[in-house]
Amino acid sequence: MTDYKISAKGVQVYYGDNHAIKDVDVQIEDKTVTAFIGPSGCGKSTFLRTLNRMNDTIDICRVEGDIRIDGEDIYDPAVDPVQLRAKVGMVFQKPNPFPKSIYDNVAYGPKIHGLARNKSDLDEIVEKSLRKAALWNEAKDRLDAPGTGLSGGQQQRLCIARAIATAPEVLLMDEPCSALDPIATAQVEELIDELRQSYSVVIVTHSMQQAARVSQKTAFFHLGNLVEYGETDKIFTNPEDPRTESYISGRIG
Amino acid sequence: MLPLSVPFIATAVLSVLGYVVARKRALSVAGGDIRTLTSLPHQHGLNTALSTLLPPLAVMMVWAIGARIAARSDVALVPENPTMVYIILIGLAVTGFVLSLLRISTSFRARTASEGWIMGLLIFASTIAVLTTVGIVLSMVSETLNFFGQYDFRDFFFSTTWSPNFRGDSDLGIIPLIWGTLYISFIALVFAVPVGLFAAVYLSEYAGPRLRSVAKPLIEILAGIPTIVYGLFALVTVGPLLRDYFAEPMGLGQSASSVMTAGLVMGIMLIPFVSSLSDDIINAVPQAMRDGSLGLGATKSETIRKVVVPAALPGIVGAVLLAASRAIGETMIVVLGAGAAARLSLNPFEAMTTVTVKIVSQLTGDTDFGSPETLVAFALGLTLFVITLGLNVMALFIVRRYREQYE
Repeated sequence: MTDYKISAKGVQVYYGDNHAIKDVDVQIEDKTVTAFIGPSGCGKSTFLRTLNRMNDTIDICRVEGDIRIDGEDIYDPAVDPVQLRAKVGMVFQKPNPFPKSIYDNVAYGPKIHGLARNKSDLDEIVEKSLRKAALWNEAKDRLDAPGTGLSGGQQQRLCIARAIATAPEVLLMDEPCSALDPIATAQVEELIDELRQSYSVVIVTHSMQQAARVSQKTAFFHLGNLVEYGETDKIFTNPEDPRTESYISGRIG
Repeated sequence: MLPLSVPFIATAVLSVLGYVVARKRALSVAGGDIRTLTSLPHQHGLNTALSTLLPPLAVMMVWAIGARIAARSDVALVPENPTMVYIILIGLAVTGFVLSLLRISTSFRARTASEGWIMGLLIFASTIAVLTTVGIVLSMVSETLNFFGQYDFRDFFFSTTWSPNFRGDSDLGIIPLIWGTLYISFIALVFAVPVGLFAAVYLSEYAGPRLRSVAKPLIEILAGIPTIVYGLFALVTVGPLLRDYFAEPMGLGQSASSVMTAGLVMGIMLIPFVSSLSDDIINAVPQAMRDGSLGLGATKSETIRKVVVPAALPGIVGAVLLAASRAIGETMIVVLGAGAAARLSLNPFEAMTTVTVKIVSQLTGDTDFGSPETLVAFALGLTLFVITLGLNVMALFIVRRYREQYE
């Protein structure tokens, strides 16, 4: 099979002496939402961050193994992590808009990567990204207002718009709804489902209901191991591993 | 003036005694079992000590200020008779001592009472700080008014020559001094702000923890060097160097003392100021900001330039304005680096001088304290105070206005 977007083999991650990710193999498909679930500290966020080399910014972190996106080894010394992160966008747990206007927040990535030839190009990218993030109607009249003035849910959608604006192929989301209320969560989840048309989305979540609602594939992590990976329906109705069953039925984690 | 040291020492001794006695008394009232007391013995002690000490102390302060004002205005605001003042003060102390001792019982809540006295002590301390500032300003204002009674304020603010003459007939225009002050401070900031800011960015964003732990204290040592030592450095090293390699080859003068010399050395003095404050502010920018930018594929320097520094900007501006008020108030480096000649010139390699230097030179030496040539120092001081106060207020305003930009 070659239509996997991301393929990881034998991935080990160490924080100093701490072995955080143990021998993880996973194949992530394009135009699919893949959820990573598991108890706190199980390594799901760490593994997510290896996919766009955000772990490079942590000095004591060491990654081993083979991770390929579109068949290209992303840990190859020839690969520029900066280019990689443009291709693999990321949305964080807490909404973190820059202290700039809504427009400048979205235009940040395109400006850095020179994606727009002129101002009207840039306007178009900003509008398109905000529309995709379902924020355009709320924000179109106040593009010059600071992004930090939006509500929490709007801020998170702004961060999603910001990530989409650089035209990534993969979108990584690290518990994107954990700081949001149920209504904002529902909006973001709806958005994730739409994003699946164009991107491969990987989402880390603490909420099993959320994983069940938004994802097609689910991976269960426990103590740094990938315990089980498969169709979301199957994981939640008929898990193979007893640990997965304990977790989803609420006995551990 | 009568000395206040006698009642002060007496009150202090009585207060310490009060602590010991009240503690003993509380214990004996409790019959050795402190569980029967509503408040602990040391709280009774504290209550007695503070109620003995604070009222006389407050009265002493009010009396001392009143006496100063009375001495000026010839109005008998306060009793001048020392014995009477002593009696009032000691009487207050003894009253507080006895009353608080009498109140000790198993049900007396000394805990709450001593809390009240402690708040009184804190208010007293902050009042001293505020009143001192007010006092400094008032003393300068009165001398300045005195000066403007003898010298036209239009000449002071708008005349472009400064040539004091103790036989009278002086030109006391502030403009050349303000010009020198601003020129030297400007050069100092042009030098210190980029260097300090870049050093801060390097230390907080790039340097590893080990380098940081060595380099940060090293930079802060610069802040501990006395300014007179910087002045010597300007006089014997920087001044001649600038003259030989820049001023003379470019035909801009033969003076080793120059605006450039003082400005550069003052800039070095300000580096730790700017870098240390900016470093703290840059560190306060949430990591989430950096992650957000890096996650979009920005490089490290793009992240710093477009996200971290803009987010920290209000704080950095505040740091720069604080450094500016330091520069404006600096004296020693200017005396040794830029000389003492008041001059209005654009050439940075010429000797000039600042307001602070002239304050010193007008007040030192054998001078008549009533002449405008001496009193002008107060007018200069007040002008300087207003300028630096303005800068500080602006710094505070900017920091407050933009503080909540993130989160």
